[in-house]
Amino acid sequence: MRANTWAGRNKVEVRDVPDPKILNSRDAIVRITSTAICGSDLHLVDGYVPTMQDGDVMGHEFMGEVVEVGSGVTADKLRAGDRVVVPFPIACGACAACAAELYSCCENTNPNAGIAEKMFGHPVAGIFGYSHLTGGFAGGQAQYARVPFADVGPLKIESDLTDEQVLFLSDILPTGYMGAEMCDIRPSDVVAVWGAGPVGQFAMDSARVLGAAKVIAIDKEPYRLRMAEEAGHIPINFDDADVRSKLLELTGGRGPDKCIDAVGLEATHGSAHIAAYDRVKQAVRSETERPHALRQAILSCRSGGVVSVIGVYGGLLDKFPAGAWMNRSLTLRTGQCHVQRYMKPLLERIERGEIDSTRIITHTLPLDEAERGFDLFKNKQDNCEKVVLKP
Amino acid sequence: MDLTATTTVRKSASQVYAFWRELENLPTFMAHLEQVRATGDRTSHWVASAPFGKDVAWDAEITDEVPGERIGWRSTGDADVPNAGTVSFVPAPDGVSTEVYVALVYDIPGGSLGKAVAKYFGEEPHQQLDDDLRRFKQVLETGEVVRSDGAPWGKRARKEFPQRPAQPLSDAELTKGAEA
Ligand SMILES: NC(=O)c1ccc[n+]([C@@H]2O[C@H](COP(=O)([O-])OP(=O)(O)OC[C@H]3O[C@@H](n4cnc5c(N)ncnc54)[C@H](O)[C@@H]3O)[C@@H](O)[C@H]2O)c1
Ligand SMILES: [Zn+2]
Ligand SMILES: [Zn+2]
Repeated sequence: MRANTWAGRNKVEVRDVPDPKILNSRDAIVRITSTAICGSDLHLVDGYVPTMQDGDVMGHEFMGEVVEVGSGVTADKLRAGDRVVVPFPIACGACAACAAELYSCCENTNPNAGIAEKMFGHPVAGIFGYSHLTGGFAGGQAQYARVPFADVGPLKIESDLTDEQVLFLSDILPTGYMGAEMCDIRPSDVVAVWGAGPVGQFAMDSARVLGAAKVIAIDKEPYRLRMAEEAGHIPINFDDADVRSKLLELTGGRGPDKCIDAVGLEATHGSAHIAAYDRVKQAVRSETERPHALRQAILSCRSGGVVSVIGVYGGLLDKFPAGAWMNRSLTLRTGQCHVQRYMKPLLERIERGEIDSTRIITHTLPLDEAERGFDLFKNKQDNCEKVVLKP
Repeated sequence: MDLTATTTVRKSASQVYAFWRELENLPTFMAHLEQVRATGDRTSHWVASAPFGKDVAWDAEITDEVPGERIGWRSTGDADVPNAGTVSFVPAPDGVSTEVYVALVYDIPGGSLGKAVAKYFGEEPHQQLDDDLRRFKQVLETGEVVRSDGAPWGKRARKEFPQRPAQPLSDAELTKGAEA
């Protein structure tokens, strides 16, 4: 089959690879009809998340048709012909983490748990197409994928919603939603979202759905800010304005009650000397992240507020504003999304028309053009917000 | 050499105990074991696999047993690598799970066998046992050892690092299976 693979730092390549086969009894093989490129893929391609290997099949946002199930998957759960969206964390459904609906922390699905434990203190779940640290599972930017624990994760789509309407239930819609949910939003809340990428856009929409009074979008790409504005959110361009002052101005001097970091470890910074500091530290590996958005969110948040982090971090960061966090009673909440927890309720919101998940799609390309898709998305060319690939 | 490791399994102590007491189950999750065969009520025959340098076999007997709580065993006769172990099963505070505590003692001989055994356990010998228990938990909670494209051969995962790419296996690789 054809699959988009990691081919070294800053390089992806669509190659011919073997078709996936059943390896565990609760596997299914899915013929992929739609898949997408995510901001997390950029961290992998840029080499910030370690343990990628040449030839790794990328991609963790995909859906399609079940073509085969293992002997351990009963027909009432899943059978050939079913149309499914596959959540990106692989979860067993039986461990204590799964019982607590902490699916991305599943204790059983990462064959490389020992390595993850060294890095993170405790292991994390397996994830499709997301380095060997999270298991070494082939991903979904491909014609077919093997889906372990197929009787637990995949969401069956039984209505005639289009792929485009439901594809993002695999990751970014639940992720944006979890970002907003972790904020415990009250009707009087002003919510500021750093990053107007696909995840940020869905965090903004979710904050509104959850009842926020006002939602602010922070980015530097005018077209992404325009997209947020068209959806009813208030834009701040950090290249043109001092973000903290602008936030004070928009909140009567209080600062946003809730702040969401939807940027992660590759944030860029308007201020050259701070950016240079992190670049140097990152280059000598004494810091792995560039946490500008996170720092700014902590400093900007109103006292007693919540800083909700859905942007991905992989290692160590510097100059964490612990003083602001501690002295002003801020709550920091975070996580890889527990997608399985949100798929059904969000599908219902899509069916009721409360969330339009298609509004962020700017490019649809054949899988064979994945490399161009990565280029457009990473370099913000041609007003690219989200790329859907068709195998 | 003394090794200890612990894990928590989301099953009752009697279930977790019963699985371990069925000694034939041990090779499904313990990387170095090829086979364990019960030879009597409390006696058994153990075969360790090639990574030990050569196949090593020994007899063992259960020396201490409290159903649902504890099993203790030791090798008998003139085992190449005399060893003993205990495993205890303690109900966890959540009222559902069981804490599993394992302690193993190996009497590592001199000579080439001793060297092979030391090499096998490497610089962080407890990791082997940690991984064994991780798989023990997988088998009990999910039914089998989880495989990925990068680590397709179950209990050999750590030996496979750096791994094959996270890319589906070819038919030839699948037929051939794991390298010994
Ligand atoms: N927690 C999860 O489960 C989960 C799931 C999916 C994605 N993610 C992460 O979410 C983040 C966003 O994903 P995406 O697909 O939207 O990626 P993206 O790269 O398209 O979006 C990031 C946006 O942040 C903007 N940005 C950069 N520096 C900034 C700064 N200092 N302040 C404000 N904005 C800044 C960029 O211009 C870009 O528009 C990534 O880190 C991704 O890995 C997390
Ligand atoms: Zn993603
Ligand atoms: Zn689990």
